[in-house]
Amino acid sequence: MFRTLTGALLGSAIAVAATFSATGSAAAAGEVNIYSLRQPFLIEPLLKAFTEKTGIKTNVVFAKDGVVERMKAEGANSPADVILTVDIGRLNDAVEAGVVQPVSSKTLDANVPASFRDPEGRWFALTQRARLIYAAKDRVKPGEITSYEQLADPKWKGRICTRSGKHDYNVALLAAMIAHHGEAKAETWLEGLKANLARKPQGNDRGQVKAIKEGECDLALGNNYYYGAMLSNDEQKPWAEAVNPVFPTIGGTKGTHVNVSGIALSKSAPNRDNAVKLMEFLSGNDAQEIYATANYEYPVNPQVKWSPLVESWGRFTPDDLPLSAIAELRGAAVKMVDRVGYDG
Amino acid sequence: MTAEADAFQGAGPAPELSAAAPIDGRRRWHVAALATAGLVAMPVLAIVWKALNPTENIWPHLASTVLPGYVLTTVLLMLGVGVGTFVIGTGTAWLVAMCRFPGRGLFQWALLLPLAMPGYLIAYVYTDLLEFAGPLQSVLREVFGWSTRRDYWFPEIRSLGGAIAMLTLVLYPYVYALARATFLEQSICVLEVSRTLGRGTWRSLRDVALPLARPAIAVGVTLALMECLNDFGTVDFFAVRTLTAGVFDVWLRMGNAGGAAQIALVMLAFVVLLIWAERRSRVRQRFHHTSSKLRPIEGIPLHGRKAWAATVACTLPVLLGFAVPATVLADYAFTSEAAQWSPDFFRHALNSLGLSAAAALVAVALATLLAYAARQRAGGIVHAAIRLASVGYAIPGAVLAIGVLIPFAAFDNAVDGFLRQTVGISTGLILSGTVSALVFAYTVRFLAVSLGAVEAGLGRITPSMEMAARTLGHGPSATLRRLHLPMIRGSLLTGGLLVFVDTMKELPATLVLRPFNFDTLATFVYQYASDERLEACAPAALAVVAAGILPVLLLARSVGAARPGRRGRDD
Repeated sequence: MFRTLTGALLGSAIAVAATFSATGSAAAAGEVNIYSLRQPFLIEPLLKAFTEKTGIKTNVVFAKDGVVERMKAEGANSPADVILTVDIGRLNDAVEAGVVQPVSSKTLDANVPASFRDPEGRWFALTQRARLIYAAKDRVKPGEITSYEQLADPKWKGRICTRSGKHDYNVALLAAMIAHHGEAKAETWLEGLKANLARKPQGNDRGQVKAIKEGECDLALGNNYYYGAMLSNDEQKPWAEAVNPVFPTIGGTKGTHVNVSGIALSKSAPNRDNAVKLMEFLSGNDAQEIYATANYEYPVNPQVKWSPLVESWGRFTPDDLPLSAIAELRGAAVKMVDRVGYDG
Repeated sequence: MTAEADAFQGAGPAPELSAAAPIDGRRRWHVAALATAGLVAMPVLAIVWKALNPTENIWPHLASTVLPGYVLTTVLLMLGVGVGTFVIGTGTAWLVAMCRFPGRGLFQWALLLPLAMPGYLIAYVYTDLLEFAGPLQSVLREVFGWSTRRDYWFPEIRSLGGAIAMLTLVLYPYVYALARATFLEQSICVLEVSRTLGRGTWRSLRDVALPLARPAIAVGVTLALMECLNDFGTVDFFAVRTLTAGVFDVWLRMGNAGGAAQIALVMLAFVVLLIWAERRSRVRQRFHHTSSKLRPIEGIPLHGRKAWAATVACTLPVLLGFAVPATVLADYAFTSEAAQWSPDFFRHALNSLGLSAAAALVAVALATLLAYAARQRAGGIVHAAIRLASVGYAIPGAVLAIGVLIPFAAFDNAVDGFLRQTVGISTGLILSGTVSALVFAYTVRFLAVSLGAVEAGLGRITPSMEMAARTLGHGPSATLRRLHLPMIRGSLLTGGLLVFVDTMKELPATLVLRPFNFDTLATFVYQYASDERLEACAPAALAVVAAGILPVLLLARSVGAARPGRRGRDD
């Protein structure tokens, strides 16, 4: 039996090797190679539209962690053309690792407002997403909470759920708090928020809304597009229907904290022209509309309307803190999460 | 490798060997082992190199904040999983190997099934079942009229205890498989002597069989502990902050890959110390059998309450570690509307199977080379190199992937640079971003598994048989081919199948290293499961489990068949 099995294993190994080599090289003409930190099902509709319009084939590797390290190791021969990612911190990592190159494109500059791109063109935000407070419909009165600062109010003791304090989105929010209030005040705030937690930070943003539905807590932090995604998912719809989305203000301003998803051109980009075309396409009207309607994110392109559903949650003012300030304070924020012992 | 070694058989000392070298080709085995171990250790060395170049000294910050908690959690997790896998693995192995009770024939293989269940999947499933919003608590609330979580107490699944339970349930089969194989291969004589001297079932286990099976059990528990250390999916999902969590914080949130590598290495040092201590404590003991009276084990019949207790003890791990999660997944897959039955499945499955088969073959071949070379009166350097080659198992997959990337990309870029300069051709990346990088990563990661199995097998062959073969004029290669390989083929198969199943489940290294547009079943599952959309990926998750079952069943068969006495061979 041992021999048969070895034979079978060898046989399938060879067969698969043959399949792989047939799909071979990715640097041929008419292609663009994407290293994506965004989940495939989020970007697939966009890439499909891009291929339909331009005939350029897209190749994707999706990995949450390690993409920048991979590009660093691959160096000048890296097949990557662009990196698609969420969070300004991750974009900043790519810039600091030296794996991206600047782009100057009139189309990109026209599509993406100056506050949403690197002055040197090393990264471009494509969408913005508001960090909301979700409040239980039946247990929190409208207007009872209006700012992030109020999350530290002892009246919410045992009533708040969040995901890990070390998650990119919470780190970015904390970095924004530090920028607005300074380290000492931000730390007091984080301690207050921790004291109000109903449970140890866990799960993802949807999980927090689910916990509100189940009565575990009354308030939760979460990005806005999850609300739309949950409403369009039969199983999760009741979760979303149990909460009101609140656009909280930060630092006494009228602004709500936002984080971004974005794109950068790889330094080694073997298909540079196609890559720039993809970047221009993603910032253009068609793609931005898909972002708005299919993903419920806010388009950065001011010419593109919000989706009616997103519009129905109300207009809001994004916090005008520069994204670079958030990126800079990220390290301080992570350490603060450790000091406070937020994740317990 | 055998062919290459054969070429030198009987050819006398090769010219480059020193005068002191054994003239029978042992040195060649040592050199081959050193070269192989060096190759496999490259990713670990790359991580060491990373650790020497941190962007910032992270220790003062960590030590003053989260480090004590991380260390304590890690130690408790390892302790819990270590004890859990030892008790369940050894206990059930002893029962099915040595006792007769209802269902024994079934349990022999069924106890291996949880091996097919990835840790992250079982964690998702049990969270769905046991969390506040899950069916169990909902029913309890309904029945007792509770409304909020403050009304009653229920164990929190997302906790250290939960993580220990999940990891124990999926990792105990390592101990079970190795312990059962060893119990089966033990000569009946020692056990009969033990019983003649008045020891009952359990005391025979404690005083005779367990000490004799110690090397195999130690390997099993070590594998479970290393798996525990490199696990990120389960502990992260359960919000249990182990040192692994620290690795990812420092790497991704503080942008300090060097600092992360340092933590990973400290964890590694901890494991190496554990292994060393275990080996040290039995350094003067020998475990091969001098008698080979291997007639079939009759099994001690259990009756009445004892028999039922044995049945229950064997049912629980299978039920909780396999039947319940598999049923939940099947339920989602066939009843939920969100379940995605994609035609891409076949392709993903083919990728998974091919990679697993390739990794299993390579890992077993290298393990045999290393373990056999170590037997050829190898010196300390060879032994140390072999241990170094097998530590990849304790490194978190994503970190190990970076360790694989660095030497692979460096090689590719060097070849490219050389050819550009000399011939003017650019080859780009030849190996990085291809399946070969993946197979290499799996080999590095799972070599410890195959090496453990092969070493355990070789350890039971008494050197006197080897000496006889050598006296009869066989060189080391011929001895391996004609004596050892036939005798340890059960262990080879065990090692290969364990690597196969492990590779099927592997996730973090696959994510980072895979080629463009390439998915395995595991990566496909992860895309959805990580977003709390277990229903959507249930069909694929079920496929991961299903694909793991066949090798697990083969494994069960091979262990049963490996008992030499079963075929009445006159050895």
